[in-house]
Amino acid sequence: MNNASLSHLRGKTAIAGVATFGCGESPGYSDMDLLANAARRAVTDAGLTMKDIDGVCTASVLATMWPMEVVEHLGINARFIDGTMIGGSSFVAHLMPAMLALESGQCDAVLVCYGSAQRTSTLNRKEVARARRRMDPQPYEHPYQPMLPLSAYALAASRHMHEFGTTREQLAEVAVAARQWARLNPDAFMRDPLTVADVLGARMVSDPLTVRDSCLVTDGGGAYVLVRGERARDLPKPPVYVLGSGTAVWHRQISSMPDLTVTAARQSGEQAYRMAGLGPADMDIAELYDAFTINTVLFLEDLGFCAKGEGGAFVADGNIRPGGSLPVNTNGGGLSWGHPGMYGIFATIEAVRQLRGDGEERQVAGANTAIVHGNGGTLSSQSTAILGTSATV
Amino acid sequence: MNDNAINPAGPAARVYAETLAAGRFRIQRCQDCDSAIFYPRELCPACGSGDLHWFAPSGRGTVYATTTVRRKEEAGGDYNVALIDLEEGPRLMSRVDGLSPDAVCIGQPVRARVAVEEDQGVLLFDAVEVDRQPEKDHE
Ligand SMILES: [Zn+2]
Repeated sequence: MNNASLSHLRGKTAIAGVATFGCGESPGYSDMDLLANAARRAVTDAGLTMKDIDGVCTASVLATMWPMEVVEHLGINARFIDGTMIGGSSFVAHLMPAMLALESGQCDAVLVCYGSAQRTSTLNRKEVARARRRMDPQPYEHPYQPMLPLSAYALAASRHMHEFGTTREQLAEVAVAARQWARLNPDAFMRDPLTVADVLGARMVSDPLTVRDSCLVTDGGGAYVLVRGERARDLPKPPVYVLGSGTAVWHRQISSMPDLTVTAARQSGEQAYRMAGLGPADMDIAELYDAFTINTVLFLEDLGFCAKGEGGAFVADGNIRPGGSLPVNTNGGGLSWGHPGMYGIFATIEAVRQLRGDGEERQVAGANTAIVHGNGGTLSSQSTAILGTSATV
Repeated sequence: MNDNAINPAGPAARVYAETLAAGRFRIQRCQDCDSAIFYPRELCPACGSGDLHWFAPSGRGTVYATTTVRRKEEAGGDYNVALIDLEEGPRLMSRVDGLSPDAVCIGQPVRARVAVEEDQGVLLFDAVEVDRQPEKDHE
């Protein structure tokens, strides 16, 4: 039996509830406080109670036994637990094990949840970085003092510029488009006008990336609830079905990435498209983890929205701006909406809001399909999901 | 103790670090599939073999990607971080020394050099003058 496309899982599960909490600045709240508040709101949004939750997926950048802390804190008797931690893509990657658990009958309602107080936390970030160098050493990179993760993305950008003639102006356009979306979203952290000149003139951190080519540092909690499709139809909110899912990891350290211009999104995307029976031309919106401006360019290429090397021109032509041919990062993205450490769950939540028609001023009219793409580490882990409204199943 | 120093945990890492501290650059080669391997490890990532031998690479390499990390002047100023492709195949992170960081270009030929300070070796690369008379090679 070869069922490698996993197409039998297409549309079998749906996201029934989503919520964010404390995004931006939330002084006094811990990671867990933000997670707990987002979790309760997502469960309520799904028309369920905490007692209905019997599956948990979660990950933390700090705690090594985080799933147990979450189970204990929320008082969940979990029959299914997944704590896969592959950086910012984790909460997109959690979809597949959660789907399998629901389909097998192992559990009935999975809560995927995350919280980070990284902006206002009293934890000294320098101390955390030092502890991490001890506990999780990268002895063949750290001696050269790359500013990780940023310098890794800068190296990828340098290579893309060298091979394809991508320009800093084209990269800056990614940040400008994100800001234009953020200006339509009252929840976005940065909403002032932003021009290409502003991005180019911002403080250079690691060439060619300036501080405005880089995601924000904010607090925030996010959660979503996944149930079987037939159950989702009886719950209050319009179900958002999982049509495709794929995850791929090719390396951890940037020095071990085989080709800095091609990410494992090519593999995770192919898997997700195959499962969904859809392709890039079928996608109404795209939520692509934009930790840095180069990310969006790489993922547009690797997920098939343009040819390899043409991402810069695709962006510069205005395609991803509001009103463009492919609405990308409709909440303002990690660059302008916010970035609480690991953004994947927030990309997923924004896609659900758009597919429900809850996007208010930034709503993309008639959006029925969305591609969500999470990235982790230094372009290391890639996870793609394709979501759709009831019209797609 | 330098926070950024290589922590020689494990047999392969220790051999690498001790060799580097003695001023020599050695990497591993798989005896089963002939892959040259960096960074040092127990198994060949290409074929899974555990039969890895140390050898001296030529030291010749090419800059594959480069960035200038910006740092305040009083903290030491800007510096280069580069990915270098060794002639034998493996890619590694290092710094191209002896050039201003913004003068380091992708495609630049470089040569390895081991700097030893306080009993620790650090692998660095120096720019190699591009040969302006390539016809000589054909003599
Ligand atoms: Zn081998």
